[in-house]
Amino acid sequence: MTEARTQIPDAEEIARLRRARAEKTGRWLMPLLTIALALAIWDRIVVWNEIPHYILPGPGLVARTLVEDWAILGPATWVTLKIAMMALVVAVIGGVSLAVLFSLSRWAEMSFYPFAVILQVTPVVAIAPLIFIYVENRTIGLLLCAWIVAFFPILSNTSLGLRSVDRNLADLYRIYGASRWQRLIHLQLPSALPYFLGGLRIAGGLSLIGAVVAEYVAGTAGIGTGLAFRILEAGYRLNIPRMFAALVLIAVLGVLIFAVLSLISHLALRHWHESALKKES
Amino acid sequence: MRMDGVGKVFAGEVTALSDMNLTLAEGEFVSLLGPSGCGKSTALRLIAGLMQPTTGKVSWQGRHDTGDLGVVFQEPTLMPWATVEKNVWLPLRLRGEKLDAMRPRIREALDMVGLGKFANAYPRELSGGMKMRVSIARALVTQPRLILMDEPFAALDEITRNRMNDDLLALRGRLGCTVIFVTHSVFESVYLSDRIVVMAPRPGRVAEEVTVTAANRDQDFRTSADYAGLCRAVSAALSRATGDT
Repeated sequence: MTEARTQIPDAEEIARLRRARAEKTGRWLMPLLTIALALAIWDRIVVWNEIPHYILPGPGLVARTLVEDWAILGPATWVTLKIAMMALVVAVIGGVSLAVLFSLSRWAEMSFYPFAVILQVTPVVAIAPLIFIYVENRTIGLLLCAWIVAFFPILSNTSLGLRSVDRNLADLYRIYGASRWQRLIHLQLPSALPYFLGGLRIAGGLSLIGAVVAEYVAGTAGIGTGLAFRILEAGYRLNIPRMFAALVLIAVLGVLIFAVLSLISHLALRHWHESALKKES
Repeated sequence: MRMDGVGKVFAGEVTALSDMNLTLAEGEFVSLLGPSGCGKSTALRLIAGLMQPTTGKVSWQGRHDTGDLGVVFQEPTLMPWATVEKNVWLPLRLRGEKLDAMRPRIREALDMVGLGKFANAYPRELSGGMKMRVSIARALVTQPRLILMDEPFAALDEITRNRMNDDLLALRGRLGCTVIFVTHSVFESVYLSDRIVVMAPRPGRVAEEVTVTAANRDQDFRTSADYAGLCRAVSAALSRATGDT
């Protein structure tokens, strides 16, 4: 690159740089354009076919509903986000500590890993009704459901990472007389970090799905206030625009969670891990 | 450091090493030379204490603590998440030493391998040769009395490799530590060592020993008739060792 600055680059290099620049702007511009286009088509379909709003509202109406019903939808978003995030935190704590336990004891892994798998492969919609029978507190029930969905990717990825230690480095630690604890803290946990962060990104999305699904199952019993509850409620009242508005909010939440977790992952790994390095020419 | 009749048999009755005898003098540079499967790496792992011998005994009277031994592997084996400085700190850190207190020593070790300016770089920012230097600095930082090197320069290009050989000789001249150097390069072993232990495969064992005496090891030595003669002798020993199985 420094060569290119001091000397005149040839035509091929100039073309390559121009392509790289175009791609950089395109990465932002293209999704925005396609989304705008999709909204415009949606709007035209609704207007030209004179579809009534209780069947398919146009994007304008959905946006207006979003603003007008914010007093209802805002707090609901907050409730759903809170459940999802709490579940994610518990999933991280539970997943990582279980992974560490498994790495410390082969016997613990052999004994308990099957339970984790069973919990993972059983659909949460099927477990949730039971949970709401046994767990009195609705928030804790929701949390439990979201946690069941979110914790497995963290557990399995972190377990994999803790086992993926460079053999020579492990030998080196032995030669220098490292304790089990030192090996865990200074060698295994940093080695597992990229794997953990990969799991975290998956778990972030899953915790939101878990929170929403659990809320559906919990239904209108009790004092429901999350987004899923608002969708159910709006459905009973045939308030289709509000259903769309709540759906938009859930999608936005999911994208936000993914973006934040990606950023965290990038910040944590940018100095050393291949996945976070900029592509070099 | 001495090995008396040391043998190692792995499960499945694979004899990796049989009846190896080796005595090291203080300050000696010994190469273990042989084809793959001759047990040189097994010998190194036994000396490092990463394995226990099936027969015989590995004894080292001079060893008092973990810092007396330094190890350099074929790969640089650095922690990618830690800076150069923190990688070199590792052996000291595992003994409970704080980074701030150890900084002068780490700096000294890095200066010795010519990387004083790179303390805060991450391994990925360094070339293959520089990573190897960090690995050597890490081995030196405890001021070890014995250094084990397992084909440390095998993955480097020849130009880098020759420079590393010269630098290693210079370092050793300054520090006077004992070195066991595993290699499969005849030229490298002749250039570096006081003594070459030629090993034979299946089962891994010591075949012959060649002693190298040279006043100065430099570019002149590398082009001298003595050097060529020694290389021929070692090559012949090596083909005898591999041929008679």
